[in-house]
Amino acid sequence: MVEVLDLDQARAWAAAAAVPDPEVPCVTVADLGILRWVRVEDGVATAGVAPTYSGCPAVLAIELAVETALRDAGFDARTERILTPAWTTDWITDAGREKLRAYGIAPPASGGKGSLFDSPVVACPQCGSDDTAKISEFGSTACKAQYQCRSCAEPFDYFKCI
Amino acid sequence: MLWEGLLELADDHLVLGHRLSEWCGHAPMLEEDLALPNLALDLIGTARTLFDHAGKLEGAGRTEDDLAYLRDARVYRNCLLVERPNGDFAHTMLRQLYFAAFMELYWQQALDHTDDIVRGVAGKAVKEMGYHIRHSAEWVIRLGDGTEESARRMRAAVNALHRYTGEMFEPSYSELPNRVALQGAWEARLKPVFTEAMLDWPNDVFMQTGGRQGIHGEGLGHMLATMQILHRAHPGATW
Ligand SMILES: [Zn+2]
Repeated sequence: MVEVLDLDQARAWAAAAAVPDPEVPCVTVADLGILRWVRVEDGVATAGVAPTYSGCPAVLAIELAVETALRDAGFDARTERILTPAWTTDWITDAGREKLRAYGIAPPASGGKGSLFDSPVVACPQCGSDDTAKISEFGSTACKAQYQCRSCAEPFDYFKCI
Repeated sequence: MLWEGLLELADDHLVLGHRLSEWCGHAPMLEEDLALPNLALDLIGTARTLFDHAGKLEGAGRTEDDLAYLRDARVYRNCLLVERPNGDFAHTMLRQLYFAAFMELYWQQALDHTDDIVRGVAGKAVKEMGYHIRHSAEWVIRLGDGTEESARRMRAAVNALHRYTGEMFEPSYSELPNRVALQGAWEARLKPVFTEAMLDWPNDVFMQTGGRQGIHGEGLGHMLATMQILHRAHPGATW
Protein backbone atom coordinates (compact mmCIF):
# COMPACT_ATOMS: atom_id res chain seq x y z
CA MET A 1 0.00 0.00 0.00
CA VAL A 2 2.74 2.43 0.93
CA GLU A 3 4.18 3.91 -2.24
CA VAL A 4 7.55 5.55 -1.84
CA LEU A 5 8.90 6.63 -5.19
CA ASP A 6 11.32 9.39 -4.36
CA LEU A 7 12.52 11.68 -1.63
CA ASP A 8 9.57 14.07 -1.83
CA GLN A 9 7.20 11.19 -1.55
CA ALA A 10 9.06 9.81 1.46
CA ARG A 11 9.07 13.23 3.12
CA ALA A 12 5.34 13.70 2.47
CA TRP A 13 4.57 10.26 3.83
CA ALA A 14 6.64 10.91 6.97
CA ALA A 15 4.84 14.21 7.59
CA ALA A 16 1.36 12.74 7.16
CA ALA A 17 2.16 9.52 8.98
CA ALA A 18 3.20 11.37 12.13
CA VAL A 19 -0.25 12.90 12.62
CA PRO A 20 -1.80 11.59 15.85
CA ASP A 21 -5.36 10.28 15.86
CA PRO A 22 -7.52 13.02 17.44
CA GLU A 23 -9.50 10.61 19.61
CA VAL A 24 -6.71 8.18 20.48
CA PRO A 25 -3.64 10.43 20.41
CA CYS A 26 -1.22 7.71 21.52
CA VAL A 27 -1.27 6.30 17.98
CA THR A 28 -0.72 7.94 14.62
CA VAL A 29 -2.93 7.72 11.57
CA ALA A 30 -0.30 5.42 10.07
CA ASP A 31 -0.31 3.14 13.14
CA LEU A 32 -4.08 2.78 12.77
CA GLY A 33 -3.87 2.10 9.05
CA ILE A 34 -6.16 5.05 8.38
CA LEU A 35 -3.52 6.71 6.20
CA ARG A 36 -3.42 4.46 3.13
CA TRP A 37 -0.97 6.25 0.86
CA VAL A 38 0.53 9.61 -0.02
CA ARG A 39 1.25 10.60 -3.61
CA VAL A 40 3.20 13.65 -4.71
CA GLU A 41 2.67 15.11 -8.16
CA ASP A 42 3.81 18.57 -9.26
CA GLY A 43 4.28 19.68 -5.66
CA VAL A 44 0.78 18.56 -4.66
CA ALA A 45 0.66 15.88 -2.01
CA THR A 46 -2.52 13.80 -1.92
CA ALA A 47 -3.19 11.55 1.05
CA GLY A 48 -5.64 8.65 0.95
CA VAL A 49 -7.55 8.47 4.23
CA ALA A 50 -9.87 5.59 5.15
CA PRO A 51 -12.55 6.37 7.76
CA THR A 52 -12.83 3.90 10.62
CA TYR A 53 -16.60 3.97 11.18
CA SER A 54 -19.31 5.31 8.85
CA GLY A 55 -20.23 8.01 11.30
CA CYS A 56 -16.80 8.65 12.76
CA PRO A 57 -16.90 12.33 13.74
CA ALA A 58 -13.11 12.42 13.68
CA VAL A 59 -12.85 11.92 9.91
CA LEU A 60 -12.94 15.63 9.11
CA ALA A 61 -10.51 16.43 11.91
CA ILE A 62 -8.13 13.75 10.63
CA GLU A 63 -8.30 14.97 7.04
CA LEU A 64 -7.67 18.54 8.16
CA ALA A 65 -4.74 17.50 10.37
CA VAL A 66 -3.16 15.49 7.56
CA GLU A 67 -3.53 18.39 5.13
CA THR A 68 -2.01 20.78 7.67
CA ALA A 69 0.94 18.45 8.26
CA LEU A 70 1.57 18.16 4.53
CA ARG A 71 1.34 21.93 4.12
CA ASP A 72 3.77 22.45 6.99
CA ALA A 73 6.15 20.15 5.13
CA GLY A 74 5.98 22.48 2.13
CA PHE A 75 3.43 20.78 -0.11
CA ASP A 76 0.12 21.84 -1.52
CA ALA A 77 -2.12 19.32 0.17
CA ARG A 78 -5.26 17.35 -0.59
CA THR A 79 -6.92 14.33 0.94
CA GLU A 80 -8.98 11.65 -0.72
CA ARG A 81 -11.50 9.64 1.29
CA ILE A 82 -11.07 5.91 0.65
CA LEU A 83 -14.23 3.84 1.10
CA THR A 84 -13.18 0.65 -0.69
CA PRO A 85 -11.84 -1.57 0.59
CA ALA A 86 -13.39 -0.72 3.93
CA TRP A 87 -11.00 -0.02 6.80
CA THR A 88 -10.60 -2.92 9.17
CA THR A 89 -8.90 -3.19 12.54
CA ASP A 90 -6.61 -5.73 10.87
CA TRP A 91 -4.84 -2.73 9.34
CA ILE A 92 -3.65 -1.52 12.74
CA THR A 93 0.09 -2.17 12.74
CA ASP A 94 1.86 -4.27 15.37
CA ALA A 95 3.52 -1.11 16.64
CA GLY A 96 0.09 0.52 16.83
CA ARG A 97 -1.29 -2.40 18.85
CA GLU A 98 1.62 -2.16 21.27
CA LYS A 99 1.10 1.60 21.70
CA LEU A 100 -2.61 1.08 22.38
CA ARG A 101 -1.85 -1.53 25.03
CA ALA A 102 0.74 0.70 26.68
CA TYR A 103 -1.82 3.53 26.70
CA GLY A 104 -4.34 1.33 28.53
CA ILE A 105 -6.57 0.42 25.59
CA ALA A 106 -6.90 -3.27 24.75
CA PRO A 107 -6.10 -3.66 21.03
CA PRO A 108 -8.62 -5.44 18.79
CA ALA A 109 -8.41 -9.18 18.27
CA SER A 110 -7.00 -9.74 14.77
CA GLY A 111 -8.77 -11.47 11.93
CA GLY A 112 -11.98 -11.79 13.89
CA LYS A 113 -15.47 -11.09 12.66
CA GLY A 114 -18.03 -10.52 15.37
CA SER A 115 -21.13 -12.66 15.14
CA LEU A 116 -24.17 -12.76 17.35
CA PHE A 117 -23.18 -13.36 20.98
CA ASP A 118 -19.64 -14.58 20.38
CA SER A 119 -17.27 -12.57 22.50
CA PRO A 120 -13.55 -12.27 21.83
CA VAL A 121 -11.04 -12.92 24.57
CA VAL A 122 -9.92 -9.46 25.67
CA ALA A 123 -6.81 -9.25 27.81
CA CYS A 124 -6.58 -6.54 30.46
CA PRO A 125 -4.06 -3.91 29.27
CA GLN A 126 -3.02 -3.30 32.90
CA CYS A 127 -2.29 -6.77 34.26
CA GLY A 128 -2.65 -9.01 31.22
CA SER A 129 -5.40 -11.17 32.71
CA ASP A 130 -7.88 -12.79 30.32
CA ASP A 131 -10.54 -12.75 33.02
CA THR A 132 -12.39 -9.65 31.81
CA ALA A 133 -16.03 -8.77 31.30
CA LYS A 134 -17.77 -6.47 28.86
CA ILE A 135 -19.61 -3.62 30.57
CA SER A 136 -20.94 -1.92 27.46
CA GLU A 137 -20.69 -2.57 23.73
CA PHE A 138 -20.21 1.17 23.24
CA GLY A 139 -17.62 3.23 25.02
CA SER A 140 -16.16 6.72 24.93
CA THR A 141 -15.98 6.68 21.13
CA ALA A 142 -17.73 4.65 18.44
CA CYS A 143 -14.69 2.44 17.96
CA LYS A 144 -14.37 1.33 21.58
CA ALA A 145 -16.27 -0.89 24.01
CA GLN A 146 -16.04 -0.76 27.80
CA TYR A 147 -14.58 -3.69 29.71
CA GLN A 148 -13.59 -4.37 33.26
CA CYS A 149 -10.85 -6.67 34.53
CA ARG A 150 -11.98 -9.22 37.11
CA SER A 151 -8.41 -9.77 38.31
CA CYS A 152 -7.28 -6.22 39.01
CA ALA A 153 -10.75 -4.58 38.89
CA GLU A 154 -9.54 -1.90 36.48
CA PRO A 155 -12.08 -0.70 33.91
CA PHE A 156 -10.65 -0.15 30.41
CA ASP A 157 -11.48 0.58 26.78
CA TYR A 158 -11.35 -2.19 24.20
CA PHE A 159 -10.75 -1.17 20.59
CA LYS A 160 -13.52 -3.12 18.87
CA CYS A 161 -12.70 -5.48 16.07
CA ILE A 162 -14.33 -4.66 12.74
CA MET B 1 -32.45 4.50 -11.38
CA LEU B 2 -29.61 3.79 -8.96
CA TRP B 3 -29.73 7.27 -7.42
CA GLU B 4 -33.40 6.88 -6.51
CA GLY B 5 -32.71 3.59 -4.81
CA LEU B 6 -29.82 5.16 -2.91
CA LEU B 7 -32.06 8.02 -1.85
CA GLU B 8 -34.54 5.53 -0.33
CA LEU B 9 -31.71 3.90 1.56
CA ALA B 10 -30.33 7.24 2.70
CA ASP B 11 -33.77 8.26 3.96
CA ASP B 12 -34.08 5.03 5.97
CA HIS B 13 -30.71 5.65 7.59
CA LEU B 14 -31.15 9.34 8.31
CA VAL B 15 -34.62 8.94 9.79
CA LEU B 16 -33.66 6.06 12.06
CA GLY B 17 -30.40 7.80 12.96
CA HIS B 18 -32.30 10.91 13.97
CA ARG B 19 -34.81 8.89 15.97
CA LEU B 20 -31.98 7.23 17.90
CA SER B 21 -30.31 10.58 18.52
CA GLU B 22 -33.51 11.69 20.28
CA TRP B 23 -32.49 9.34 23.12
CA CYS B 24 -29.32 11.33 23.78
CA GLY B 25 -29.55 12.56 27.36
CA HIS B 26 -32.73 10.52 28.01
CA ALA B 27 -31.55 6.92 27.94
CA PRO B 28 -32.30 4.77 31.00
CA MET B 29 -28.62 4.42 31.93
CA LEU B 30 -25.29 5.99 31.07
CA GLU B 31 -24.09 3.07 28.94
CA GLU B 32 -27.17 3.35 26.75
CA ASP B 33 -26.82 7.10 26.61
CA LEU B 34 -23.45 6.43 24.96
CA ALA B 35 -24.62 3.47 22.91
CA LEU B 36 -27.65 4.98 21.22
CA PRO B 37 -25.91 8.08 19.83
CA ASN B 38 -23.11 5.77 18.64
CA LEU B 39 -25.65 3.68 16.74
CA ALA B 40 -27.13 6.93 15.43
CA LEU B 41 -23.70 8.07 14.22
CA ASP B 42 -23.23 4.88 12.21
CA LEU B 43 -26.57 5.38 10.50
CA ILE B 44 -26.14 9.10 9.88
CA GLY B 45 -22.62 8.55 8.55
CA THR B 46 -23.97 5.98 6.10
CA ALA B 47 -26.81 8.34 5.17
CA ARG B 48 -24.38 11.16 4.41
CA THR B 49 -22.36 9.09 1.96
CA LEU B 50 -25.53 7.80 0.30
CA PHE B 51 -27.10 11.28 0.00
CA ASP B 52 -23.90 12.69 -1.42
CA HIS B 53 -23.60 9.91 -3.97
CA ALA B 54 -27.30 9.97 -4.89
CA GLY B 55 -27.08 13.72 -5.49
CA LYS B 56 -24.04 13.34 -7.73
CA LEU B 57 -25.60 10.50 -9.73
CA GLU B 58 -28.82 12.45 -10.15
CA GLY B 59 -26.77 15.24 -11.66
CA ALA B 60 -29.12 18.07 -10.70
CA GLY B 61 -26.66 19.69 -8.33
CA ARG B 62 -28.36 18.65 -5.08
CA THR B 63 -25.98 18.25 -2.15
CA GLU B 64 -26.34 15.97 0.88
CA ASP B 65 -27.66 18.94 2.85
CA ASP B 66 -30.23 19.79 0.17
CA LEU B 67 -31.48 16.22 0.20
CA ALA B 68 -31.58 15.88 3.97
CA TYR B 69 -32.84 19.32 4.97
CA LEU B 70 -34.86 20.69 2.09
CA ARG B 71 -37.27 17.86 1.29
CA ASP B 72 -40.69 17.58 2.93
CA ALA B 73 -42.13 14.43 4.45
CA ARG B 74 -44.19 13.80 1.31
CA VAL B 75 -41.03 13.21 -0.74
CA TYR B 76 -39.14 11.22 1.89
CA ARG B 77 -39.02 7.58 0.80
CA ASN B 78 -38.07 5.85 4.07
CA CYS B 79 -39.99 2.79 5.18
CA LEU B 80 -42.52 3.33 7.97
CA LEU B 81 -40.65 1.20 10.52
CA VAL B 82 -37.74 3.63 10.91
CA GLU B 83 -39.95 6.67 11.51
CA ARG B 84 -42.00 5.04 14.28
CA PRO B 85 -41.63 7.12 17.45
CA ASN B 86 -39.12 5.82 19.97
CA GLY B 87 -41.79 4.77 22.45
CA ASP B 88 -40.21 3.00 25.40
CA PHE B 89 -36.85 1.27 25.39
CA ALA B 90 -38.44 -2.01 24.30
CA HIS B 91 -39.89 -0.34 21.19
CA THR B 92 -36.56 1.27 20.31
CA MET B 93 -34.58 -1.94 20.71
CA LEU B 94 -37.03 -4.04 18.71
CA ARG B 95 -37.17 -1.47 15.90
CA GLN B 96 -33.36 -1.52 15.83
CA LEU B 97 -33.22 -5.30 15.73
CA TYR B 98 -35.75 -5.52 12.90
CA PHE B 99 -33.92 -2.94 10.81
CA ALA B 100 -30.33 -3.99 11.52
CA ALA B 101 -31.06 -7.65 10.78
CA PHE B 102 -32.56 -6.57 7.47
CA MET B 103 -29.72 -4.22 6.55
CA GLU B 104 -27.01 -6.74 7.39
CA LEU B 105 -28.50 -9.14 4.86
CA TYR B 106 -29.00 -6.32 2.38
CA TRP B 107 -25.42 -5.05 2.58
CA GLN B 108 -24.08 -8.59 2.23
CA GLN B 109 -25.75 -8.64 -1.19
CA ALA B 110 -24.16 -5.29 -2.06
CA LEU B 111 -20.56 -6.22 -1.19
CA ASP B 112 -19.78 -6.96 -4.85
CA HIS B 113 -21.90 -4.20 -6.34
CA THR B 114 -20.53 -2.61 -9.52
CA ASP B 115 -20.64 0.88 -8.00
CA ASP B 116 -17.50 1.68 -5.95
CA ILE B 117 -19.30 3.83 -3.39
CA VAL B 118 -22.10 1.32 -2.85
CA ARG B 119 -19.49 -1.38 -2.36
CA GLY B 120 -17.57 0.81 0.07
CA VAL B 121 -20.64 1.69 2.11
CA ALA B 122 -21.70 -1.96 2.19
CA GLY B 123 -18.28 -3.11 3.39
CA LYS B 124 -18.42 -0.77 6.37
CA ALA B 125 -22.10 -0.97 7.16
CA VAL B 126 -22.33 -4.76 7.11
CA LYS B 127 -19.93 -4.92 10.05
CA GLU B 128 -21.66 -2.11 11.89
CA MET B 129 -25.03 -3.80 11.51
CA GLY B 130 -23.53 -6.84 13.20
CA TYR B 131 -22.95 -4.71 16.30
CA HIS B 132 -26.40 -3.17 16.10
CA ILE B 133 -27.96 -6.63 15.93
CA ARG B 134 -25.93 -7.93 18.82
CA HIS B 135 -26.73 -4.93 20.99
CA SER B 136 -30.45 -4.84 20.28
CA ALA B 137 -30.90 -8.62 20.37
CA GLU B 138 -29.32 -8.76 23.82
CA TRP B 139 -31.83 -6.19 25.03
CA VAL B 140 -34.82 -7.86 23.38
CA ILE B 141 -33.87 -11.09 25.14
CA ARG B 142 -33.16 -9.40 28.46
CA LEU B 143 -36.47 -7.56 28.44
CA GLY B 144 -38.59 -10.33 26.91
CA ASP B 145 -37.25 -12.91 29.35
CA GLY B 146 -37.03 -10.43 32.23
CA THR B 147 -39.60 -9.22 34.71
CA GLU B 148 -43.36 -9.39 34.20
CA GLU B 149 -43.34 -5.69 33.38
CA SER B 150 -40.43 -5.81 30.93
CA ALA B 151 -41.96 -8.86 29.20
CA ARG B 152 -45.31 -7.09 28.91
CA ARG B 153 -43.61 -4.09 27.31
CA MET B 154 -41.62 -6.26 24.92
CA ARG B 155 -44.80 -8.01 23.77
CA ALA B 156 -46.47 -4.62 23.34
CA ALA B 157 -43.55 -3.53 21.15
CA VAL B 158 -43.93 -6.62 18.96
CA ASN B 159 -47.66 -5.92 18.63
CA ALA B 160 -47.01 -2.33 17.70
CA LEU B 161 -44.07 -2.73 15.33
CA HIS B 162 -44.27 -6.08 13.56
CA ARG B 163 -46.84 -4.70 11.11
CA TYR B 164 -44.21 -2.30 9.77
CA THR B 165 -41.68 -4.98 8.84
CA GLY B 166 -43.34 -6.23 5.64
CA GLU B 167 -42.57 -3.01 3.82
CA MET B 168 -38.82 -3.63 4.09
CA PHE B 169 -39.20 -6.58 1.71
CA GLU B 170 -41.15 -4.82 -1.03
CA PRO B 171 -39.55 -4.82 -4.49
CA SER B 172 -37.25 -1.92 -5.22
CA TYR B 173 -34.93 -0.62 -7.89
CA SER B 174 -33.29 -3.28 -10.02
CA GLU B 175 -29.88 -1.64 -9.71
CA LEU B 176 -29.77 -2.64 -6.04
CA PRO B 177 -30.11 -5.94 -4.13
CA ASN B 178 -33.45 -7.71 -4.34
CA ARG B 179 -35.15 -7.04 -1.02
CA VAL B 180 -37.93 -9.57 -1.60
CA ALA B 181 -35.43 -12.42 -1.49
CA LEU B 182 -34.17 -11.45 1.96
CA GLN B 183 -37.32 -12.14 3.96
CA GLY B 184 -36.69 -15.83 4.60
CA ALA B 185 -33.18 -15.27 5.89
CA TRP B 186 -34.37 -12.34 8.01
CA GLU B 187 -37.02 -14.46 9.71
CA ALA B 188 -34.56 -17.30 10.21
CA ARG B 189 -32.17 -14.87 11.88
CA LEU B 190 -34.75 -13.38 14.23
CA LYS B 191 -36.93 -16.31 15.21
CA PRO B 192 -34.30 -17.87 17.51
CA VAL B 193 -33.94 -14.47 19.22
CA PHE B 194 -37.70 -14.37 19.76
CA THR B 195 -37.65 -17.89 21.14
CA GLU B 196 -34.90 -16.99 23.58
CA ALA B 197 -36.80 -13.83 24.50
CA MET B 198 -39.95 -15.88 25.24
CA LEU B 199 -41.79 -13.97 22.52
CA ASP B 200 -44.21 -15.45 20.00
CA TRP B 201 -43.36 -14.73 16.38
CA PRO B 202 -46.46 -13.00 14.97
CA ASN B 203 -48.12 -14.72 12.03
CA ASP B 204 -50.72 -13.42 9.58
CA VAL B 205 -50.07 -9.80 10.46
CA PHE B 206 -51.59 -7.24 8.13
CA MET B 207 -48.58 -5.27 6.91
CA GLN B 208 -48.67 -1.49 6.69
CA THR B 209 -47.19 0.15 3.63
CA GLY B 210 -46.84 3.56 1.99
CA GLY B 211 -43.49 4.96 3.07
CA ARG B 212 -41.80 4.24 -0.24
CA GLN B 213 -44.56 6.26 -1.95
CA GLY B 214 -44.20 9.13 0.50
CA ILE B 215 -47.30 8.27 2.55
CA HIS B 216 -45.99 8.61 6.08
CA GLY B 217 -47.27 8.73 9.63
CA GLU B 218 -47.84 12.05 11.29
CA GLY B 219 -44.68 11.63 13.36
CA LEU B 220 -42.29 12.00 10.43
CA GLY B 221 -43.43 15.57 9.74
CA HIS B 222 -42.79 16.53 13.34
CA MET B 223 -39.42 14.84 13.29
CA LEU B 224 -38.35 16.57 10.09
CA ALA B 225 -39.54 19.93 11.41
CA THR B 226 -37.19 19.57 14.36
CA MET B 227 -34.37 18.23 12.23
CA GLN B 228 -34.67 20.76 9.42
CA ILE B 229 -35.60 24.01 11.13
CA LEU B 230 -32.09 25.29 11.68
CA HIS B 231 -31.01 24.76 8.10
CA ARG B 232 -34.24 26.20 6.73
CA ALA B 233 -34.18 29.25 9.00
CA HIS B 234 -30.48 29.90 8.39
CA PRO B 235 -29.59 28.35 5.03
CA GLY B 236 -26.02 27.11 4.93
CA ALA B 237 -25.44 27.86 8.61
CA THR B 238 -22.20 26.43 10.01
CA TRP B 239 -20.70 26.46 13.47
ZN1 LIG C 1 -6.33 -6.40 35.03
